[in-house]
Amino acid sequence: MDNWVIALIKVVFIWTWTLLIATLMTWVERRGSAMMQDRLGPNRAGPFGLFQPLADGIKLFTKEDIIPEKAHKILFSLGPILFALPAFSAYAVIPFGDKLIVNGKEIILQVADVNVGFLYVVALGAMAVYGIVLGGWGSNNKYSILGGLRSTAQLISYEVPFGLSLLAVVLVYGTFSLREISLVQQGTFLGFLPNWGIFKQPLGFILFIVTAYAEANRVPFDLPEAESEIVAGYHTEYGSMRLGLYLFGEYVNMYTLAALMVTLYFGAWHLPYIDMSKFLGPVSYGIASFLVFFLKTAFFLWLFVWVRWTVPRFRYDQVMGLGWKALIPLALVNLFITALCIQLTV
Amino acid sequence: MGLQAYTGPGWLLTKAEQLINWGRSRSPWPLPYGTACCGIEMMCALAASYDMARFGAERPSFSPRQADVLIEAGTITKKMVPVLRRIYDQMAEPKWVIAMGACACTGGVFRTYSTHQGISDVIPVDVYIPGCPPRPEGLLYALLKLMDKIQKDHPLRKQVVEALGG
Ligand code: SF4
Repeated sequence: MDNWVIALIKVVFIWTWTLLIATLMTWVERRGSAMMQDRLGPNRAGPFGLFQPLADGIKLFTKEDIIPEKAHKILFSLGPILFALPAFSAYAVIPFGDKLIVNGKEIILQVADVNVGFLYVVALGAMAVYGIVLGGWGSNNKYSILGGLRSTAQLISYEVPFGLSLLAVVLVYGTFSLREISLVQQGTFLGFLPNWGIFKQPLGFILFIVTAYAEANRVPFDLPEAESEIVAGYHTEYGSMRLGLYLFGEYVNMYTLAALMVTLYFGAWHLPYIDMSKFLGPVSYGIASFLVFFLKTAFFLWLFVWVRWTVPRFRYDQVMGLGWKALIPLALVNLFITALCIQLTV
Repeated sequence: MGLQAYTGPGWLLTKAEQLINWGRSRSPWPLPYGTACCGIEMMCALAASYDMARFGAERPSFSPRQADVLIEAGTITKKMVPVLRRIYDQMAEPKWVIAMGACACTGGVFRTYSTHQGISDVIPVDVYIPGCPPRPEGLLYALLKLMDKIQKDHPLRKQVVEALGG
């Protein structure tokens, strides 16, 4: 019975936390873009414009819900749901801290420690494309369908290097469980570096971050919704909260991917050279590990915003060329070198 | 029975209306419809140093389904009239229109065979901005006026009165 309650609390907590962060991210993005363009950004709704996402939400919820006459009713309504659902559930296997010991009971700060955690995240990430392509198809609009098809082509090209760079990580750590990968990143590597994934997989990390941006449909890979070419891409026909789900799901995806980067390459909740569990009490250690993990994730979330307002969008053939001619060969080379190193050292 | 039960808007209804109005007035996403020189001033108002985004009027979307405020900036020729009407019809309720510049309001200097003399007989206009072209401050002032107007709206009252049989 007790385990049930704990599991429920963890689910509710991570759900609300993810939603809160995604909501805040819309504000961060708008203020961040304003900062880079020498503007102020939304600052009228609440202190520093912090309630801007709330105002947007209220407006989107109370707007008229239009289903175009020529659209395919079922696919049109299914699109945003199929996009948002995998985005909301992907965080389940990613840790958000080490463990909390309350009343002698050990609580692991992760909803589910699945031994195929990796595959779960990759599978759900690939699911998101169904939402985009069904929404684009169901809208019965030429721009929507172009956006949807672009997203499919992009996903097929980038899923391969994404998977291959993850595979190299699996080779290094010998496990699929994200918690076990986090646990072994304690200590130092080669005597002076923190024992983080990035120092064992530098090329793998670069491949991963590039493909992650493509997976999340973020600039410079936001071709499915390129405003300057195809109006608004796959969500051209969507208004009200259906659009809200698409926009919101994107931020949730970003959060999941940033957390994945931290877990795999940046030592999860470990600080470099310092072992927090040595001098912190059980409860404060749990909270500290959560905070460290979150701060690292926040940096990568900010990196998403930073890149978006710095790098211009690629042309379509450049995206395909980069994917097939550069990233896939590099990912294969990376996998080969990793396998070789492991073979020689073990 | 229904009529007697209804004695004016209650606390819950007015608060809900205030909340909705607050949300709507704080996030009027614009649909930029710049057809002539006024469009340049509109872009200026959206960019740095004037920055319409401060009021939440950000994310200019070129899809009418996603926009709330149609900013009609520029001359409307006779050929453009059906297009304008169609764009307006495609927008989702609630929607508002700002007519920016003398051309959009009355046809301006173009008193010719080809120019439509003011858009108000094509689509309902909420705020007119005089000037040729109006400065970006003018557009910002119009946006603030529109926000005032949105705050005076009663988004739920009609439905409630109908539901109570009033
Ligand atoms: S009002 Fe003046 S500036 Fe504006 S579109 Fe007409 S002619 Fe151009």
